Amino acid sequence: MATVQESELKVIVFQLKNEEYALPVQFVRSIEKVQHITRVPRTAHYVKGVINLRGVVTPIIDLRERFGFSSVPYSEQTRIIIVALQDIEVGLIVDAASDVLDVPASSIEPPPETIEAVEADYIHGVAKVGKRLLILLNLEKVLGTERRSS
Amino acid sequence: MDMSQYLEVFIDESKEHLQTINEQLLELEKAPEDMSIVNEIFRSAHTLKGMSATMGFEDLANLTHQMENVLDGIRNHKITVTSEILDVVFQAVDHLEAMITSIAEGGDGKRDVEEIVEQLKRIERGESPTELVTEQPSPSSTSLSQTYGEFEYNVLQQSKEQGFFAYEIRVKLRADCLLKAARVFMVFEALNEAGEVIKSNPPVEMLEEEQFDQEFIVTVVSKKSAEELRERIMKVSEIEEVDVVPFDVEERKKASVAEAAKAEAKQQEAATVQTEEKKQQQKQKKGSEPNAATKHSASANKTIRVNIERLDILMNLFEELVIDRGRLEQISRELNHPELHETVERMSRISSDLQNIILNMRMVPVETVFNRFPRMVRQLARELGKKVNLEIIGAETELDRTVIDEIGDPLVHLLRNAIDHGIETPDVRRASGKPEEGTVKLKAYHSGNHVFIEIEDDGAGINRDKVLQKAIDKGVVSKQNAENLTDKQIYELIFAPGFSTADKISDISGRGVGLDVVKSTIESLGGTVTVDSEEGKGSLFSIQLPLTLSIISVLLVEIQQEKYAIPLSSIIETAIIKKEDIFHAHNQQVIDFRGKVVPLVFLKEIFEIPTVAEEEEFVSIVIVRKGEKMAGLVVDSFIGQQEVVLKSLGNYLTSVFAISGATILGDGQVALIIDCNALIK
Repeated sequence: MATVQESELKVIVFQLKNEEYALPVQFVRSIEKVQHITRVPRTAHYVKGVINLRGVVTPIIDLRERFGFSSVPYSEQTRIIIVALQDIEVGLIVDAASDVLDVPASSIEPPPETIEAVEADYIHGVAKVGKRLLILLNLEKVLGTERRSS
Repeated sequence: MDMSQYLEVFIDESKEHLQTINEQLLELEKAPEDMSIVNEIFRSAHTLKGMSATMGFEDLANLTHQMENVLDGIRNHKITVTSEILDVVFQAVDHLEAMITSIAEGGDGKRDVEEIVEQLKRIERGESPTELVTEQPSPSSTSLSQTYGEFEYNVLQQSKEQGFFAYEIRVKLRADCLLKAARVFMVFEALNEAGEVIKSNPPVEMLEEEQFDQEFIVTVVSKKSAEELRERIMKVSEIEEVDVVPFDVEERKKASVAEAAKAEAKQQEAATVQTEEKKQQQKQKKGSEPNAATKHSASANKTIRVNIERLDILMNLFEELVIDRGRLEQISRELNHPELHETVERMSRISSDLQNIILNMRMVPVETVFNRFPRMVRQLARELGKKVNLEIIGAETELDRTVIDEIGDPLVHLLRNAIDHGIETPDVRRASGKPEEGTVKLKAYHSGNHVFIEIEDDGAGINRDKVLQKAIDKGVVSKQNAENLTDKQIYELIFAPGFSTADKISDISGRGVGLDVVKSTIESLGGTVTVDSEEGKGSLFSIQLPLTLSIISVLLVEIQQEKYAIPLSSIIETAIIKKEDIFHAHNQQVIDFRGKVVPLVFLKEIFEIPTVAEEEEFVSIVIVRKGEKMAGLVVDSFIGQQEVVLKSLGNYLTSVFAISGATILGDGQVALIIDCNALIK
């Protein structure tokens, strides 16, 4: 850890509709394969239901649907990223989760005005790491707004 | 190492002692002559004083000390128990409680207690606010002569026949004597060497506990001379004075008989004096017995304190086990292997036993909630100028800790309600031919998987028309609807939000918090509350509560490919009916169920369940109820009954319609638990 400078941000990188997104590791509890999801009736369309995560009933959000992308059938690559924000624990369905990266704080820029599809609101910033462009998510916004069941 | 690690124990024990004091004070009010009660209070106060002094809470120790002095006065018959005195003592206890609470909440337990201390001091000096202190004829004063019971006379008589002399010895200790009990012991030892101690005043137990001033009297039979006895006693250090007076048993007996006769003659004038004195003597004797009895029961029932958190962890672990048990049962059914089957069945049985034990461990007698009520009722009755007798039945009934924690406030509310609105003032009661003292019965009992708590009063009851009028005024019901309501339905209206029937808003229950809060609290615990009443005779509030909140019995049902759990507590029965038997009425599908029209709720539509299979000729229906109302939940098939662990959906999905929680089934999947109350309108 000695080489890691304080100004670096450790993130989990995942794919969603051919883009690379990132979440700071401190929010991530675990990464799971897709398992049986029990649908919860009369909730928001992007809430896929709940799973049994080692004895804890955990709600699952499909991030594609959350961002209004077209949904695709789940594949071998599909992952559920279990995130925790304060007392809320939720699983996020993503196309794939690839790796963990250190992002220098200096490379993070505010979100550009015209980023494709995803509302700028959900985005915390954009980071360039080598040739890759990572979209840093604002977890509070992703979970926070209109999270009440419809 | 500091005191903080003992703080928790201190707080717990202090609360227990305060509780004892509270209870016993109430007892004392009923039986002011019973010295065993005073002793009990004294013991608790004494322990409390010692503990708080050790922990460094001086205000607490001071006030307890002062209270102890008053109790001591009562015990030594220097102070007569009156409700005025008890009021002051109760106030002192209130202060103590406030201090303990402050300490428990991390405060320093400091409080201005000067006024109450002053009051207690005044009582102690005999000047009490209402000056009802009378000096009881203290046997240790002036005359040496003691009175003896039949048995003691017999002993004395027999000793005399065997050549023993009887003496009455007054021993006075020096004022600066430090170890009074030790000196007493040495005196007794000296006397027992020379003869036998027949009786002492105050009794030995009190002497041992140093509950006397400076002198005491013992009656001794001995073959030694008076002077010799005196010398023996004077050998004990710190003795100031010893009087040895020989007496003749027969003469004394005659005298006492004569006195009794005289007293009898006087009885017309002072009928109560003697009986009271007798009573006191009896009570005094009794006082020493419960002492031993309580000690005995304490040792017979060994307990340890376990942090509730640990029990919660144990419970959580066990819940995991229950889930795996379900899974194992399913696997063994699928494999159909006899040995596996047998083992799993055995394990299931053991884990059921384990479940019972763990659930029992979390059970707390409702007493812990009930025991603060007598105080409250007493105070409330005094404030309102009413006479109320609170009867508590079934305080030993046990409930889950989590339910206990929640049930206190609703009960307080209902009790206040019963006393404020139910019980009438004494003159009204007299006018209507009832005893002046109203009765409020608080009753708890088990029935099936539920605990019932009932609050019954013999007061005015609910005025049907008044309630109805108010409900219409407040727009709780429409006039048209009102006409069709049964009495019971009208009474239930008092639980409607924004309802209060008291003519004047009183400080007691007119705080703007209605019975609707009571209802919703109880319902949030999975319970129900109902009311029944007869005008002029009284009302009965009945609360039904589940035994435990974490493991419940459910009926698993299947709708298309989804599984749902319906709590057995709300199911009346299940039925399979033909499609043709469904009727339409008022835009609703209903069935005729045992002569009643029951509306159907199609779960498939309500829960927007995707259709995969064709519907069949027959429909399966689960009849559920909410109070008096019923509904038929339409499902595809019944899977079976199962014990499941109730889990919450977490903090993200709050307030999902008609879903009260989730559970994990044997196959590891999550099934949602249906909240039937939300489905019945």
